[in-house]
Amino acid sequence: MGPIGAGLAALGAGIGIGLIGSKAMEAIARQPEAAGDIRSNMILVAALVEGAALFAIVVGLLG
Amino acid sequence: MKVDIKKFCILTLALALTGFMSPAFAQHDDHGHDDHAGHEHAEGHEEHNQNEEHGEGYDPVATVMHHIADANEFHIWKGVHIPLPVFLYAPDHGWTTGTSAMFEHGHTAVDGYVLNHGRINRVADASFPKGEVHVGHIDHKVETDEAGKEKDVYYVSYENESYKLDAPSTLDGGMMGGGITSFYDFSITKNVFTMFLAALLLIFIFNAVARGYKKNEGKAPSGIQSFFEVFFVFMRDEVTKPMIGEKHYERFQPFVMTLFFFILFCNLLGLVPFFPGSANVTGNIAVTLVLAVFTFIVVNLNGKKDYWQHIFWMPGIPGWVKIILTPVEILGLFIRPFSLMIRLFANISAGHIIILSLIGLIFLFGDNGANTGGAAAGAVVGGLFTAFMNLIELLVAALQAFVFAILSASYIGAAVEEHHHDEAHAH
Repeated sequence: MGPIGAGLAALGAGIGIGLIGSKAMEAIARQPEAAGDIRSNMILVAALVEGAALFAIVVGLLG
Repeated sequence: MKVDIKKFCILTLALALTGFMSPAFAQHDDHGHDDHAGHEHAEGHEEHNQNEEHGEGYDPVATVMHHIADANEFHIWKGVHIPLPVFLYAPDHGWTTGTSAMFEHGHTAVDGYVLNHGRINRVADASFPKGEVHVGHIDHKVETDEAGKEKDVYYVSYENESYKLDAPSTLDGGMMGGGITSFYDFSITKNVFTMFLAALLLIFIFNAVARGYKKNEGKAPSGIQSFFEVFFVFMRDEVTKPMIGEKHYERFQPFVMTLFFFILFCNLLGLVPFFPGSANVTGNIAVTLVLAVFTFIVVNLNGKKDYWQHIFWMPGIPGWVKIILTPVEILGLFIRPFSLMIRLFANISAGHIIILSLIGLIFLFGDNGANTGGAAAGAVVGGLFTAFMNLIELLVAALQAFVFAILSASYIGAAVEEHHHDEAHAH
């Protein structure tokens, strides 16, 4: 069951980070002059989403 | 550009020194649950306790786990090792010191300590002779404990009797899981060595950079200074200033930069596949734990009144919500550094595992040396993917160092921020 849970967690993180990326790209396209700010915030939020997924992966693989 | 280099150097060394305790708290990483005890036993092999890929059955999981784990010696190639100093303490025997060369890769036991898969284990039995004795091979067995969990147990044979080995030591003596161990390992392991190396590199480089700033005051930077100024300005303008705020950022600049450069150097050294690198430092949960605890301490020591008020009694919301919110905020206090720890550990470990698995394709396709054509195909496929993964890992090495630094900075920023109570609280 552990590896299946880890896979599901990766799926969720993939969707989450994909949404962040797509919105960030849209925002950069609309406002290219704010690209720097948007990029660093994008990485920050992606890291937070990824953190939740990594919790699940570590628990799934070790538990 | 004002950078407090002296503070930076002290912090770096402090990080490396606190990491010193990490081998004592290292992961126990022998998850070779496939039962390869049988044929390992039957081989009578020379390199039994170093390289499972040289044995008959290739166990990818055990090999990968062995390679990302910490070790008491540097393994160069088959039969060639760089020994590292060992400092061992057992409450019932006292100190044992020397280098890992004295164990002769598992063939010699010193005071009951043997080298098993590059890690020092101790024979639990008190009747085992002290001093240097020659021992036979080390056997691996999978045993099921009372709770029904499978555990890897190792036995060393000496004069036709087999003695059970204690697992490598943990800081808590095994109370938090992993079993009670009878000894403590304070050795300079691969990870500790690499941390010292990263700290020394940082101190040398940044002293040179500091000299450059003294010499070129008011002028354009020169030499190595111009290479690092980009990082300094980036860390200041993109990380500390927006996250911590104009008023306080200079105070925390050395801390955030130390985190960033220490993690970056450890990550990059971990990507070097041969001697001075090759240690999985930031992929060791003990190291990332120490880093996260530093952030936790810095954040909470600098917490202003507003910060604590927002945790214990959030203003501007109805009373019954406060009762729900306070436990959540208190939990959040600990979850934040915990997620820092897990994020760095899991990202770096995952990268190492992927690269090692791709290299393992050579052994899998080549039937562990029996099929040269398969090995060649595995080398082409695995090699190309490894080159690709290494490029991604270069990105991840910098990205994770940046993420750790920016998240630490944002937690510090939340702690030192002073709210005006008429404005809306963004949480």
